[in-house]
Amino acid sequence: MKIGRYAFAALVALIFVFLLGPLIVIIWASFFADKILSFPPSGYTTSWFGAAWAISDFANGFLMSVKVGACATVVSLLLGVPAALAVERYSFPGRETIRQVLLSPMYVPAIVAGAAVYIYFVEFEIFTGFQLAATFGGLVIAHSLIALPWTMRLVCASLVTANTVSEEAARSLGANAVQTFFLVTLPIIRPGIIAAAMFSFIASFSDLEKSLFLVGPGKTTLPIAIVNYLEWSLDPTISAVATVQILIIGTALIVSDRFVKLGKAF
Amino acid sequence: MSGVTLSNIRKTYGELAAVDDVSIEIRDGELLALLGPSGCGKTTTLRMIAGFVAPTAGTIRFGERDVTSIPVHKRNVGMVFQGYALFPHLTVAKNVEFGLRVRSWDKERKARRVAEMLRWVQLDALAERSPRALSGGQQQRVALARAMAIEPDVLLLDEPFSALDAKLRTQMRKEIRDLQQDAGITSVFVTHDQAEAMAIADRIGVMSHGKLEQLGSAEDLYKRPVSRFVAGFIGKCNFVEGRVVGAQRFESAEGLALQFGGEHAAGAAALCFRPEHAVLEAGAPASGNSLPVTVKSVTYLGPSTDFEVLSDSGQTLLVSAASGTGHAPSSVAPGQKLRLNWRPEDSFVVA
Ligand SMILES: Nc1ncnc2c1ncn2[C@@H]1O[C@H](COP(=O)(O)OP(=O)(O)O)[C@@H](O)[C@H]1O
Ligand SMILES: [Mg+2]
Repeated sequence: MKIGRYAFAALVALIFVFLLGPLIVIIWASFFADKILSFPPSGYTTSWFGAAWAISDFANGFLMSVKVGACATVVSLLLGVPAALAVERYSFPGRETIRQVLLSPMYVPAIVAGAAVYIYFVEFEIFTGFQLAATFGGLVIAHSLIALPWTMRLVCASLVTANTVSEEAARSLGANAVQTFFLVTLPIIRPGIIAAAMFSFIASFSDLEKSLFLVGPGKTTLPIAIVNYLEWSLDPTISAVATVQILIIGTALIVSDRFVKLGKAF
Repeated sequence: MSGVTLSNIRKTYGELAAVDDVSIEIRDGELLALLGPSGCGKTTTLRMIAGFVAPTAGTIRFGERDVTSIPVHKRNVGMVFQGYALFPHLTVAKNVEFGLRVRSWDKERKARRVAEMLRWVQLDALAERSPRALSGGQQQRVALARAMAIEPDVLLLDEPFSALDAKLRTQMRKEIRDLQQDAGITSVFVTHDQAEAMAIADRIGVMSHGKLEQLGSAEDLYKRPVSRFVAGFIGKCNFVEGRVVGAQRFESAEGLALQFGGEHAAGAAALCFRPEHAVLEAGAPASGNSLPVTVKSVTYLGPSTDFEVLSDSGQTLLVSAASGTGHAPSSVAPGQKLRLNWRPEDSFVVA
């Protein structure tokens, strides 16, 4: 028994090291003084963060990622919350199909989905003359697709937990459908919506594969800027950029975990 | 305030008739229980009165007002849900206020009504608590105050005591009964527990397979059940199979002549009697019903002693002798052969 417990604890520790190790190394390396990554470092500095910001590809990429992420989050909430509500609270023909379609981007490999969206955008342009590929709008559309399944998942999960009986109570007390939604349903699922917003943002902010096909000159997202930079150089600048990325994503995760126990949503 | 009239209401789900042609006139100020086993259609009936379920056929009236096609939120019903369904994001006071808020009452009037309702259920001290911080009994009182705050035409309660432990259940049912009487509100409550229904309802509607089997006071149902189902569901009952052969005359399957009170058409039927109406004696009485039996088991329960006895045809019958009445010889032991005697006027026949 006891040996089993120790073995289990050791396994868990190993998994943690395996998962967190690279992150810790990256954060650590972003403070190394040497231009060429070497170990042990000759000293420590914070200058790489300033250096990264001075590279316009990184600064613009960062701003672009934040903007695209924010827009995609808003779009996915505007579509995902009503969709989740419809799918969880009403029964109509094709309900399960709609649920699966809205969740499906989660199951399609991102690189495949990226290529598909790109081809679709090109076809769309041929038919309408309206350009989507390599535009901000196109990026937001693609990133909304990345974010939507997360919103669906999390909002559906919170709707299931907040059972319909509270809504029925509101109805019996005289609330119409709109009042019931705003006074009862929405407040009860608010934590789920906040978590959905955080996850949507993270999913968009960290996406590389889908964006690869869709960015244009001067419209590069941060992950793509990182990949481009890596082609030519490997110095602690890249670690500094990654550290910022890790911090932002980590913060969003911690915020969402305060609102929903993430373990319950999946 | 008003009575509620259900006229021939039906609800079908595909092939299944969840509620089948039920008509009930619920009197003004009455507490009516809908009683029956799980799945018999009680909740569906209640939800049709509330307006959550639209009847397939039939009409529902509150007083003179036909509400059949009026949606829930305009029907003015107070409902206490099975798990109370308090709003978890609102305080006790805000829960009670909810119905007044959507009715756009002015602030002062709302505050007065909420205070009044909380005093009514004796929860004024807990007004600012979250419902989660309350005990089951307190939550139920909040649910009642919330439902009653809107001055509903009718109060509906779905299995209101099922979430409480046994001791609190007995206490809460008295409390709810007192509050209902105090408010004089026409009420319907749903339960599968016959003791609960008998304890607090003015009248009980017994349901089975979507149909209303019988409607009457607890005493009516116990003394004069109209069907085998009601006889067996309300209290314990012994059934002797056989046939009605004449006015108040019955012949058991083994050919014994028995008598019963009341009237019943001739033909195959069962003669019934309650365990407490039968006595175990050494011999048969000069007149009255009697069966030879063998004692199977004896259970001393304090206020009474219960016996299981076996008739010659192998049927198990129950006898309950109240302590101190001498209705059973104290020496009765399993294996003993005795007579089971009971009076014709305590017997009734069901088809
Ligand atoms: N929405 C529904 N769809 C299909 N069948 C239902 C629905 N609601 C209730 N039923 C069926 O109707 C019958 C009566 O249900 P219900 O009124 O809940 O019974 P009770 O409250 O007496 O236990 C049951 O057989 C139940 O399965
Ligand atoms: Mg029920």
